[in-house]
Amino acid sequence: MAKKAAAAANASNVTKSVKERDTRTMSRIVDLADSVASKALAGREPKVAIPLRTKSNTIWNRKRGMLEMGDAAAERELFNLNQAKQFMQTCLHANSIKELIEAEKTLSLRGMFYKGLHTVQGTKEKTFADQDESDGILEDLEVSLGSLREELHIFAKKKGTMIGNITIVDTGDEIDCRRMGSGGYAIPSIVEPDVIQFKKCDAKFVLHVEKDTVWGRFNEDKFWQKHNCILTEGGGQPSRGVRRLLQRLNNELGLPIYCLLDCDPWGHYIFSVIKQGSISLAFESNRLAIPDAKFIGIRSKDYTACDLSDDVKVEMNDTDIKRAKEIAAYPWFLGHKGWQAEIDLMLRNGFKMEVESLITKDISYVTEEYVPQRLKAKDWLV
Amino acid sequence: MDASPSRPSAAPAARTRRAPAHADDAQASLLPAEEEELSSAKARIERKKRELEKEATGRRATAESMASRQRDISVSEFFAKNRHLLGFDNPRKALLTTVKEAVDNSLDACEEAGILPDITVIIEDLQPDRPASAKSARYRVSVVDNGPGIVRKQVENVFGRLLYGSKFHRLKMSRGQQGIGISAAGMYGLITTGRPMVIHTRPDARRPAHHIELAMNTKTNRAEVTTDDETEDFPPQRFLTLSSSARRLAAEGTLLASSDYVTGTSVSIELEGRYQKGRGSVDEFLELTAIANPHARITFITPSRVADDDADDTAPIRFTRNSARDAAAANPAAPAQPEPGDDKPRTDVKTEERDGIILFPRAVNELPPETKEIQPHPKGVELGTLLQMVKDHEVAQPGATLYNFLQDRFSRISPATASKLCDGVKMSSRAKLGDVDHDLAEKLFKLLQDADLPPPPTDCLAPIGVRQLLAGMLKGVRAEFYAASSREPAVYRGRPFLIEAAIAFGGELSGDDSARVIRFANRVPLLFQQSACSSFKAVVETNWRNYDLQHPRGALPVGPLVIMIHMASVWVPFTSESKEAIADYDEIRKEMKLALMECGRKLGTYLKKRARMRREAERRDVFERYIGEITKAVSAINGTDARKLYDALLTQAKKRTAVADLQLDEDGKAIKDEDPADQDGVIILDAPGSAAAPASQGLGEVKPDRAIKSRSGDETPSLLGDAPADEPPARRANAKASAAKPGKPAKAAKGDKGEKSGKPAKSEPPPAAAKAAKPKMRLDPKTGKLKPVDDGPGLF
Repeated sequence: MAKKAAAAANASNVTKSVKERDTRTMSRIVDLADSVASKALAGREPKVAIPLRTKSNTIWNRKRGMLEMGDAAAERELFNLNQAKQFMQTCLHANSIKELIEAEKTLSLRGMFYKGLHTVQGTKEKTFADQDESDGILEDLEVSLGSLREELHIFAKKKGTMIGNITIVDTGDEIDCRRMGSGGYAIPSIVEPDVIQFKKCDAKFVLHVEKDTVWGRFNEDKFWQKHNCILTEGGGQPSRGVRRLLQRLNNELGLPIYCLLDCDPWGHYIFSVIKQGSISLAFESNRLAIPDAKFIGIRSKDYTACDLSDDVKVEMNDTDIKRAKEIAAYPWFLGHKGWQAEIDLMLRNGFKMEVESLITKDISYVTEEYVPQRLKAKDWLV
Repeated sequence: MDASPSRPSAAPAARTRRAPAHADDAQASLLPAEEEELSSAKARIERKKRELEKEATGRRATAESMASRQRDISVSEFFAKNRHLLGFDNPRKALLTTVKEAVDNSLDACEEAGILPDITVIIEDLQPDRPASAKSARYRVSVVDNGPGIVRKQVENVFGRLLYGSKFHRLKMSRGQQGIGISAAGMYGLITTGRPMVIHTRPDARRPAHHIELAMNTKTNRAEVTTDDETEDFPPQRFLTLSSSARRLAAEGTLLASSDYVTGTSVSIELEGRYQKGRGSVDEFLELTAIANPHARITFITPSRVADDDADDTAPIRFTRNSARDAAAANPAAPAQPEPGDDKPRTDVKTEERDGIILFPRAVNELPPETKEIQPHPKGVELGTLLQMVKDHEVAQPGATLYNFLQDRFSRISPATASKLCDGVKMSSRAKLGDVDHDLAEKLFKLLQDADLPPPPTDCLAPIGVRQLLAGMLKGVRAEFYAASSREPAVYRGRPFLIEAAIAFGGELSGDDSARVIRFANRVPLLFQQSACSSFKAVVETNWRNYDLQHPRGALPVGPLVIMIHMASVWVPFTSESKEAIADYDEIRKEMKLALMECGRKLGTYLKKRARMRREAERRDVFERYIGEITKAVSAINGTDARKLYDALLTQAKKRTAVADLQLDEDGKAIKDEDPADQDGVIILDAPGSAAAPASQGLGEVKPDRAIKSRSGDETPSLLGDAPADEPPARRANAKASAAKPGKPAKAAKGDKGEKSGKPAKSEPPPAAAKAAKPKMRLDPKTGKLKPVDDGPGLF
């Protein structure tokens, strides 16, 4: 975790569009403060409308193939016992963001927590109990201001790795992703065009794997060289940076995205998030969702299809079963025969499988046989 | 020491007077030394005789030798040997029992004569120079009352005989029962110090008082008078000069004023005792007596010296008193006396202590109603008793008929029932009582047991009453919530009884300990054997968790709570002669639990309401706490004037929580009707500082001059919705002491006494009238629904 906040944005590099964007964000923050002040001075209750980030306010747009946020919003009221503190925190963070924009600097989520942290005057109470409280308020501000996190000059910790046949420019530094050794290029949390530009890409597709252990296997076997592709991993549930990068590779360079994830509800949901967006970030689906992402495995059928040993079975517990049924019932899975069959088979099997289970066949079975065969046979779920 | 010059001169005089008394004690006119020699010689001869007999017969004793030693045991002798049965187990308890018996007698006498009791208790330390290690010391206990006095010829009987009294043979509610008390105390004094009891009594205000000194002869159960003269010295002036504070009070006219004691009795007993504060002390006894007898004024002059090791023993006496300084400042003239005709419990009448003198003021000006004597109820009579009653009646009214006997000697036997009973035993209604033999009596007894009879009459009971219970608790216990309930009479073993309960909660009571249970039987505090007492079991069995209190299983509830239980009966079933615990009859325990539950419900309602008020206060605090932060942030973003914004938000916060308060009060009937202050038998005091600690807060650089003030003043959430906001906040009381007297319309009394400075009570007609006009509601214990209460003897 990036404990020490470090200014990432380079002032000299800020483009004109970025300046415009900052002006826009700034005026939204001032609008927010004005609304609080005018309501208060008029003797009315200050409120901030915060769009709901819940499943009930998430709409499945079948046509676009992604999740979108509905219109429902919650009022955050000062004179409500459960919301008074959050209201205060929202105001504090709004002010912090204003200061960041003015200083042309960015802070990590943790940095923002410390920025807003102090003792409420006349009490022993701290403004934020922990970073989770602060993170929640920042997400609220994002939706409430209609500005993305990077537009608020906030970044998250780095998560995810990339390697492959592509050269990019990251804040002015040219980075050849073919020459990243065994570690790979760490995907930053902000990958917007003003930070990262694609310079030269030879790759024909992107293979996204769930974890860095599997990614390491593929990198060592030089899979990306053999198959001319880009290899990424998201460390489990991919962060916004990883998803945004995948989306840009897909959208701007037209590269198909293939995902190699575990055969369990967790893996299925990661795919769902990559493909149609997540519930909590439904307002960003436009930027993050990759509707034509493909799921190549591990599949429930692979236990028999690949003739795996009994040892790889991980029994599903009650939570897994409940989660699997929940996922199957999501509107975006509900009408999908392939996924219904997949989840149904997993439930009938009664066990989960990790990508690593293929190692029981052979150390490089997954890179040399499994993935190439599936790609060749176009055997995937969409 | 002021008393020292008088004491040496008085003591030798007493001794010379008493010299013949010792001689009288002896059987003949022998000198004590001679008598002793004679008796030991007799004993030697006796012993020798027995040894010889044993040798001769080979048996330890013969019927003859045993017969020679069998003789009557006088009651006095028996109790002299078994003093613990009467509560004289140890020096400390002996001192207490002596005070208790004298005070009980005084109160009984005053009430029977219709005099509002004014009792002064004086304990003098007669060995102030004893070493600190002494386990006991000689004390003189004096109790002076303003009762009717005792006529000269009865003095010996009242004070000098065990089991002599007016109370044993009747079924009437009174403190004393057996007639053992005061004479036993005198006997204990005589045994431990050899000093006779000194009695001053003035039955006739126009004539001088009798001064009598008497010693009890344990062998004959008779008193022997050693001094008998007349004196004008009543109330005895000696007590006025015992200490500087006594002299000061005497100068104010509040200590033993002749105008207050026109008739009365003073009894002094010297005894070996131990004065120590704490549980089971004279102090506690008098405190509790004052609570159960709010109509009595009691003054207690404590001895100059207290047993040294009392510090570790004084644990949780939780009643607090005004400090001397407090009392002097608030009340320079006289201790507050209730005004005539004042029928509300006063919140300003408090027990106070001044330099070794404790004053328990009078809280109400009415005597308890006079109780009637009743005949025994047939269901409570046993066969032997029935036979004895037959015999007694035959003697009293020779030739009486069975029919008349049944009607005259029992309660609840109507002429119709009497003839039915006569038929039942196949006797004509004119059959003479003399014809009733044992078999017939047994048949009659069975019929009586099975007969369908109404319960005994209940006008023999005088409850303390809800209003007086509250007055007593208010006077002695510093709490914030008081509730009382008085049950309808019930019956055990054919004897009517009645249970009353009261609870005090919060205020200055300590919250970490178990609740304190104070027990009374016929207004007499019970200080010992708590866990053996039926009332203790009733408290433990009541589920206090229902009323939002902590209650460990099988123990007393925990919290700032004092629980008072009073049993009034024509015959209280004590577990022993020392009258320390009430026997555990199911009927009694059930009634106790019902009374406690009633008080508990009231407390529960109050606690719930209080929690609600606290939440509101916290709510306001929360808003006010964050307003400063919000103002700073918003002002930094858009440059709004911070001061203006802060004020605007603060005004809104106050308005909004005020609106919330209002909604609370007007939030439908449910809340309004459950307002604890609206219930009968409840008093709530606004405890200053009971509200949640206010968050005082400034606003840094924009510090507004009206930063949030500490809200312990007029903004303290008042539990009394109708209290005027501009009223001094100190102590308000909303006393609903309705239905203290049957037949009297239940009246919503609003006791608003301002501060405890003894200023004349300010009357608040509009709220009081509004209250009175409102139909009273009460919770039906069976249905759980609220229903209107008709104004009447509304003790539910």
